[in-house]
Amino acid sequence: MHKVVIIDGCRTPFLRSGTDYADLMSYQLGAFAIKGLLTKTGLDPALVDKVAMGNVISNIKTPNVAREAALTAGIPSTVPCHTVSQACISANRAIADGCLEIMAGLADIVIAGGVDHTSDTPIQFPRKMRRKLFNAQRLKTVGDNLSFLASLRPTDFVPERPQVAEYTTGRVMGEDCDIMAARFQVSREEQDEYAVRSHQLAARAFEEGHLPEEIVEVSLPPKFKPITRDNGIRGDSTVAAVSKLRPAFDKKFGTLTAANSSFLTDGAAAVLLMSEEKAKELGFTPKAEVVDFVFTGQSLEKELLLGPAYAVSKLLKRQEMELKDIDVIEFHEAFAGQILSNLKALASDEFAKENLGRVQAVGTIAMDKFNLWGGSLSIGHPFGATGARITTTTANRLQQEGGTYGLLAACAAGAHGHAMLLKKR
Amino acid sequence: MQLEEFITIEKEGGVATIWFDNKREKMNVVSPAVIELFDELMDKIEGDPEIEAAVFISKKPDFMAGADIKAFTIEKEGDFRPYQEKGHRALDRIERSRKPFVAAVHGTAYGLGTELSLACHARIATKSPRTKFGLPEVKLGLLPGGGGTQRLPRLIGIQKALDMMLTGKNIFAYRAKKIGLADELTEEGKLHQAAVMLARRLVKKPIERKSKLSLADKLLEGNPVGRRILFSQARKMAYKRSQGNYPAIPAIIDCVETGIEQGQEAGYGKELEWFEKLMLTPESAALRALFFAMSDNKKNPYGDNPKKLETLGMIGAGFMGAGIAEVSVTKGVPVLLKDIRQEVVSQAQQQIWQSLQKKVKQKALTRVEAEAQMANLHGQLDYRHFGRADIVIEAVLEKMDLKKQIIRDVETHCREDVIIASNTSSLSLTEMAQHARKPEMVIGMHYFSPVPKMPLLEIVKTDKTADWVIAACYDLGIRQGKTCIVVQDGPSFYVNRILSPYTNECLLMADEGVALEAIDRAFLKKGFPVGPITLLDQVGLDIAAHVTDTSRKIVAGRPGFEICEAVVNMFEAGRLGRKNKKGFYKYNDKGRRQGIDPTAYEFFQGDGKKTLPVEEIQGRGLMLMLNEAVLCLEEGIIPNPEAGDLGAVFGIGFPPFTGGPFRAMDTWGIKSVVETMRGLQDKYGPRFAPAATLERMAEEGGRFY
Repeated sequence: MHKVVIIDGCRTPFLRSGTDYADLMSYQLGAFAIKGLLTKTGLDPALVDKVAMGNVISNIKTPNVAREAALTAGIPSTVPCHTVSQACISANRAIADGCLEIMAGLADIVIAGGVDHTSDTPIQFPRKMRRKLFNAQRLKTVGDNLSFLASLRPTDFVPERPQVAEYTTGRVMGEDCDIMAARFQVSREEQDEYAVRSHQLAARAFEEGHLPEEIVEVSLPPKFKPITRDNGIRGDSTVAAVSKLRPAFDKKFGTLTAANSSFLTDGAAAVLLMSEEKAKELGFTPKAEVVDFVFTGQSLEKELLLGPAYAVSKLLKRQEMELKDIDVIEFHEAFAGQILSNLKALASDEFAKENLGRVQAVGTIAMDKFNLWGGSLSIGHPFGATGARITTTTANRLQQEGGTYGLLAACAAGAHGHAMLLKKR
Repeated sequence: MQLEEFITIEKEGGVATIWFDNKREKMNVVSPAVIELFDELMDKIEGDPEIEAAVFISKKPDFMAGADIKAFTIEKEGDFRPYQEKGHRALDRIERSRKPFVAAVHGTAYGLGTELSLACHARIATKSPRTKFGLPEVKLGLLPGGGGTQRLPRLIGIQKALDMMLTGKNIFAYRAKKIGLADELTEEGKLHQAAVMLARRLVKKPIERKSKLSLADKLLEGNPVGRRILFSQARKMAYKRSQGNYPAIPAIIDCVETGIEQGQEAGYGKELEWFEKLMLTPESAALRALFFAMSDNKKNPYGDNPKKLETLGMIGAGFMGAGIAEVSVTKGVPVLLKDIRQEVVSQAQQQIWQSLQKKVKQKALTRVEAEAQMANLHGQLDYRHFGRADIVIEAVLEKMDLKKQIIRDVETHCREDVIIASNTSSLSLTEMAQHARKPEMVIGMHYFSPVPKMPLLEIVKTDKTADWVIAACYDLGIRQGKTCIVVQDGPSFYVNRILSPYTNECLLMADEGVALEAIDRAFLKKGFPVGPITLLDQVGLDIAAHVTDTSRKIVAGRPGFEICEAVVNMFEAGRLGRKNKKGFYKYNDKGRRQGIDPTAYEFFQGDGKKTLPVEEIQGRGLMLMLNEAVLCLEEGIIPNPEAGDLGAVFGIGFPPFTGGPFRAMDTWGIKSVVETMRGLQDKYGPRFAPAATLERMAEEGGRFY
């Protein structure tokens, strides 16, 4: 089996949905990340064996968005590209696909990442209207057309509101997280404090140059005014200010607010994976190597966002490692409540016995190793791209902070979890 | 030549496919030997009872590149006629055949390629941006001699046909369909099958065409009175544009009119008569020579295996820098575009993006292709990634200190083997090279503005420049679609150097009191695309003032030369020409030129009231330019007359029908040129003294070619 190394990673600035990227299509955003990675690393695009991208909100014009993104970024048409979807861990899935191909010797150089452009969410007509329109394709005579027009009702034109709702349970994710936070006794104050921490750390990481290091500048036609920073980070946010917000989901008894939940974001990210031999041959210096990774599935009813707890437990068990062996930890922050619930689950002996098949808790995560450059709560969360951002950040933090092992984890709709272990190079 | 060397025939289900595949040449070009083949071909098709219809199609990437101009030599009237008559007969046989012929066109169909398709009963073309029809003969001083002047106006209307033949422009697939030149469009992969299907349909029923003319055009072209107005207008407009310098233009109009008013037979007769006459004109000879020189120019004189420069570092994103970046990224050369101001970088990106969007609109480029080309451009304010650049071209302000600073920066941030090129038009490359750690890597890449439009690249070498460096830059220039000449470093190099005594003389005439517009008119009449006064306004008086300084260096120590300071004074008074709408001419708010600004005369001693014969105005400007070109040859600034001609025609629009300054002197006679100069010398002083080379050649009866 071949060893997989991460050469580098990058991302576009992450922007709040409906802001400067609003007029783009998702493939264009993806192209900026891929092109940025090529420019940053100086890799000859002709050497790429594969491009894999994660994506959640699919544009029906570009269902395999990896392809259009790669072509636009100058990757030759001879390079196969595919798009994967696994909710918020789509990019992790794309990276894992790349790793597997390299490990199996099927590829040497893979660009993997993801893109989401929530500004361009497809809005559907109601089912009965879609049915009528579908049938309308077969209309021929004037009479057919007239009877089609006569069949339309005003309610047919009311679009279905797009929601991040779980199809199986019918609940939106915030509702689930509200329930979970309550179950793990996570208070509103704890959540607000965590959210503020995320913003303050992200703002500091930006000032210290850590975030600019992973961002590639984007200049959009027709003005080509460069966009160089994320627009969701609020370094000046305080607990006092965010504690004034009303709950966003459960208006009566909820603890989740707009401030302690991640916001809709447009953005793309990508990492460059290589086999260790190929990196050596081409003279690339890797930042990290991929040691191992896992994907998990849980109950959709009760454990929708507990993926990180399950995945971290499973991964550490496989590697016969403990939390204290880890130097850098990066979790995807869907909600402050979700992060804190997972941390509590990991630290709970009871949870470990009942759910993880362990005799005692996985352990308490040291906050001085945890999400030190901010997270999805502050930087933003383009569903399909976040996994590649976290992978890049983990590798960069290993380089900056000098530890040996880096652990990243994320939850996803559908009650999935993912964790990956990186080793500094 | 055997039929098989050009044509293979495949028969299937009653349709013969005639594949063009010239075994002797890279392109399907038609030589006299090929014309001979057509009788044999037609006998085969018409004599075979199994064949009901036929399709012409090419096995090469292009349909047909037209006649092999080099193969047709002619010394006197009557030499060419037999070939052309044979060609006419062959096309006539196709047109009159009872078996329908379909032309299936992919790639270029130039000249005879378009004319052959016109003789067919239907044309089907691919939608590819590579597919183009065109009758470019006029650019060689000729006319479409294969019945084009007769069949084209009957198919697409007189006005559109004249436009196509008088400009020689390309007609791409979608436009061809719109004007009725192509009956059908299809995809590249389906061309053959679709053409065969179309041919089968034609066997049952001939194609029905609806006129694509507008009602107004129908009324105008449909009656003799309207047509008389049309032809007389066409003549007037063509004369205005060509100033009567291009005999092919009235000849084409004459052929079309004869054919329309007196019938096709008479029209074909005119075509035969005029074609031969045109072949013997010096204008056509000069234009053809230029064309050959341009084609030969694609071969790199500095070696067959130049180092391929992959990545360009462009310093300075102003109008020039953006232009150089554009012709690079569109040809697949990645560009790192650096400037010190973000607005300038953004402005450059906007400029390139707009130009790409235009191509997308014309369907010459897909949206994804345009975006991919744009992605090849990396705007930046620092030297990040410059370690990847194989060549750096600077197009910053014309200040020696700044250029030296940039050389130092490049040496710090780039690889050891990077080529350092300057787009300077007036500073000394030799001085820059002395300053560089590796003088052999320093070279001039002098582009002309606007870069995407101007075809010339003047490559400037110093005594130290390494040959491999020149070869690599030449190769890059070719890939950017430029015609390259290699010149030796010296004040203003070649192109601007021959321009400077010419413009100076024109300003001196203004000082004497000759009207500014009269000077412009005289040179337009001579065949220059713009007059010298307009030119100064266009380049900008800031640059012109700078050039005046260089001019001083060029003529320093030469007897009888005085430099007119008018543009320097105008520049210092805040007149920059077109760019600030204040120069020799007046401009309206939209920047359109309005006529001479009377206040411009304040900078001259003369008041514009003096008149001088047109020939004298032309002679004074032109003779100094010719003489300067000869001095450049003497001094080794240019390697040969070809480079001098290419540089003058493509760099400053020296009248193309003359073939350039050196061929022009050959045509006019060196003796007569020298006599003209002596005459001017007597009248205006020793600056008109002919160069030693000219004196010698006049005595010995030499020629440049």
